[in-house]
Amino acid sequence: MAYPYVSDVEVRVISKYFGDPAHRRIDTYVERGGYKALEKALSLEPDAVTDEIKASGLRGRGGAGFPTGIKWSFMPKEPTRPHYLLCNADESEPGTFKDRELIRWDPHQLIEGCLIGAYAIRAQHVYIYCRGEFFEVNQILAKAVEDAYMKGYAGEDILGTGTTIDITVHQGAGAYICGEETGLMSSLEGDRGEPRIKPPFPAAVGVFGMPSTINNVETLATVPHIVLNGGEWYRQWGTEKSPGTKLFCVSGHVRKPGNYELPLGFPLIDLIENVCGGIRDGNRLKAVIPGGSSVPLINAEDARNCELDYEGCVEVGTMLGCASVIVMDHKADIVKQIRRMVDFYAHESCGQCTPCREGSAWTARILRRIEKGQGTEEDLDTLMEMTEQMVGTTICVLSDSIAAPVQSSINKFRDDYLELIRRGDQAGAV
Amino acid sequence: MAELVTLTIDGQEVSVPRGTTILEAAKKIGKQVPHYCYHPGMSSPAMCRLCLVEVEGAPKSMPSCVTAVTEDQIVHTESKQAVGNREGVLEFYLVNHPLDCPICDMSGECDLQDYVHAEGRAHGRSEEPKRVFGRDDFGGDVLFYGDRCVMCTRCVRFMNEVEQDERLTVVERGNRSVIDTFFEEGLEGTHWHGNIIDICPVGALVSKEFLYKARAWDLEHTPSICPSCSQGCNIELHTRDNLIQRIKPRENLEVNGWWMCDYGRHNHGWMNRGIRLEDPLVRTLDGAAGPMRWRDALEQLLQHVGVMGEGRVKAVATPFASNEDLGTLAELVGTLGGGDMVYRSVRVEEEVVLKGFPTLARRKDLAPNTNGAELIGFTRVGDDQAAGGLEDIAKHDGIVIIMGDELSDQAEDFGQEAGLFVYLGDQQSPAASNAHFVFPLTTFAEQEGSFTNIARRVQRFSPALEPSSMARPAWLILGALAAELNNGDAPRSAADAFSGLARRVEAFAGLTYQDIGIRGAVVNETYVLSES
Repeated sequence: MAYPYVSDVEVRVISKYFGDPAHRRIDTYVERGGYKALEKALSLEPDAVTDEIKASGLRGRGGAGFPTGIKWSFMPKEPTRPHYLLCNADESEPGTFKDRELIRWDPHQLIEGCLIGAYAIRAQHVYIYCRGEFFEVNQILAKAVEDAYMKGYAGEDILGTGTTIDITVHQGAGAYICGEETGLMSSLEGDRGEPRIKPPFPAAVGVFGMPSTINNVETLATVPHIVLNGGEWYRQWGTEKSPGTKLFCVSGHVRKPGNYELPLGFPLIDLIENVCGGIRDGNRLKAVIPGGSSVPLINAEDARNCELDYEGCVEVGTMLGCASVIVMDHKADIVKQIRRMVDFYAHESCGQCTPCREGSAWTARILRRIEKGQGTEEDLDTLMEMTEQMVGTTICVLSDSIAAPVQSSINKFRDDYLELIRRGDQAGAV
Repeated sequence: MAELVTLTIDGQEVSVPRGTTILEAAKKIGKQVPHYCYHPGMSSPAMCRLCLVEVEGAPKSMPSCVTAVTEDQIVHTESKQAVGNREGVLEFYLVNHPLDCPICDMSGECDLQDYVHAEGRAHGRSEEPKRVFGRDDFGGDVLFYGDRCVMCTRCVRFMNEVEQDERLTVVERGNRSVIDTFFEEGLEGTHWHGNIIDICPVGALVSKEFLYKARAWDLEHTPSICPSCSQGCNIELHTRDNLIQRIKPRENLEVNGWWMCDYGRHNHGWMNRGIRLEDPLVRTLDGAAGPMRWRDALEQLLQHVGVMGEGRVKAVATPFASNEDLGTLAELVGTLGGGDMVYRSVRVEEEVVLKGFPTLARRKDLAPNTNGAELIGFTRVGDDQAAGGLEDIAKHDGIVIIMGDELSDQAEDFGQEAGLFVYLGDQQSPAASNAHFVFPLTTFAEQEGSFTNIARRVQRFSPALEPSSMARPAWLILGALAAELNNGDAPRSAADAFSGLARRVEAFAGLTYQDIGIRGAVVNETYVLSES
């Protein structure tokens, strides 16, 4: 198989069948050992499932990296009200394309993970909130859910165990903010996709006011493998604090961009140079955004010292996020890239919190002016100060996501900004 | 009583019930944390981000409007972090604000203006062109200036949560988000939308009726009681040039919360009416009525009473009159030997309840003091249009006293056979052409007094306007007459008149102006209980 690009160093746990359309069919999936994990989970107590996930050390793959087992254990043990499991498939972070592939190639893996997760948190209903623009993905997922119902893996009395778990696929309507967990809940309830203030946390008051847990697609897709093979088995990869494997979506100026499943702690430079075949056209590496557009970008030097796990990224001043590695070579226009990102965030800000609503659009306008050569050095100070006001002052972290690329790019690539400013000054002098 | 929690705000200890927010706790010790989206009468989305305060031990600044107090919490509202945050947020607010204060109705009472003046940067750093929305007619009395809006969504939440008639929403997102109505449907037909103008912290929502009428700093504010129905909403009369310019609700959680209805809010034209009774008029032997000094007029009236002796009295009063006026009239009627006391009032079929604050409604009785009148011994006559019911009185041959009722439905021969016909009012009435004495009264806006509302709560109002020339409050005129006739003391103030009432009418026993205060007080409980 040559799913767009593959590499020998990959450890393909959840991406094993990427590139094989036959795997979408429920019969093939079951033949290859599918839904065995569900069977096993249903034979255990819900808390035993949660304990296994805790033992594996699996951390949320949506970006925050919160331990999944601990998150599940926040749910009430004696349900007095309906519980809900939400699967966040509203993948919209610029540079991220792992959840789309997970659903496209292996929809039943996700469905199985959802059913196990729902069982563990004592939920009888799973909502998969899928990005609306994923037309093909939505069709594949809908078909797979239908098949799972037909074969008795979902719905009432699953596999004769008396357990009932329903699955609903919900299509988003194109707002990035609906990928934020509480924004997703507002949207699912039919309101504007606006994040809510926490506390109360979803485990107490979530969707429809009921206890809820929300997990990323990749997290839930990993769950069946851990349940089947045990938590210790999963710890054979990765580091002590970041165990397991992770999908890395590499885009940008590399020869072989794509999804690569690697153990956590993998060196970033190895990923770029070896796995992805190096920088295109023999160019030099300039900058990397290792975790999707909302984490700080790093320069080539930091990239050489960066290990791709939750702690390693923090050491070089950035974050693993959802492991969407955006690589830029020395011909990349950093200011333009940052301005494009800020434009995106300004467009996607829900508009509730003042620092984000006003700050995002203002930042975008200043950057646009600098890009046109009409900026000044004071603008850079203003940008640093105002983005500082956007960190930690809002309901959700979209505002922080604007500050991160702006501040890191000014810190690490100030010369790129100054060159544009100087060029403007010279043009003015002539 | 809920459990108390003790915390420290800016070095000052305060104890508040568990569950109280930091913002409300700070209010207790006189600290106003600036805020826009928070309003005590509605849910808090915590989105304006102005009320962020520093809480020791918290990883980041906390929104004080939704953060509940905890034991031994240490809060700083004036620290570098808190003030720095406010300075930053205020600068963001001004990025797209048009700064058109010179032509904005809100100027002078605007929270954005006040906060920026107090804590904003001296100079904004934004050089970029501003986003422009322009002006929109929201229907009803409301104009929307989108550029001035700070997106606090108080108006949206008022319509959704308090009036519970969803007419407004936020459309678009990011800094393109703007408040709007649903397609062509505006605020017409809603009964409480005036409140969204009050709660708008800036000049985004303004009143069409008040538009460009007066600058906020030129208005005098007088605490009063809404005279438009028997709910007795606490209000402020805003005046300039001796005219009522607008009416605003005044907070009183026992009566109207923070709200008032649009009917009451706009029903103030009559208070500014120009053509008034100016002087006391006394009819001479040739039948013509001529002006006379008060002292002479009252002496003539006393002589008239002396000549005709005591006779059966029939009195008609308006329920727009204060407790003091009605009580003094009742005293005079008693002094003259007693008789019938009636009132007429407009009554509508339906109450208009404010769903989110259901103890507030525009009541069926469209007069402020029908309950006071009843307690003092007046009985209701006539129909729901406040007409008819005076057949006996029109032909009565004893003493007829009309106070405030304009007799607009009565024929010109009204009171023709009366032995003594006294008409007190602020307007001349054709039906009063047979009156022997016509005395000019002040309106409720020109005098001090009190009304008794539907819940039998006595509430005081203050004079907001200068009375027209010789007009006097009824309690002063009637009190002086009664004192002459029964050798008592004439009331020298509204408070005096009220204590006279409290002495004579059991329901008001024990109440004083001091007890009533600015918030009002319910009438004698035992009386209410024994009656029901």
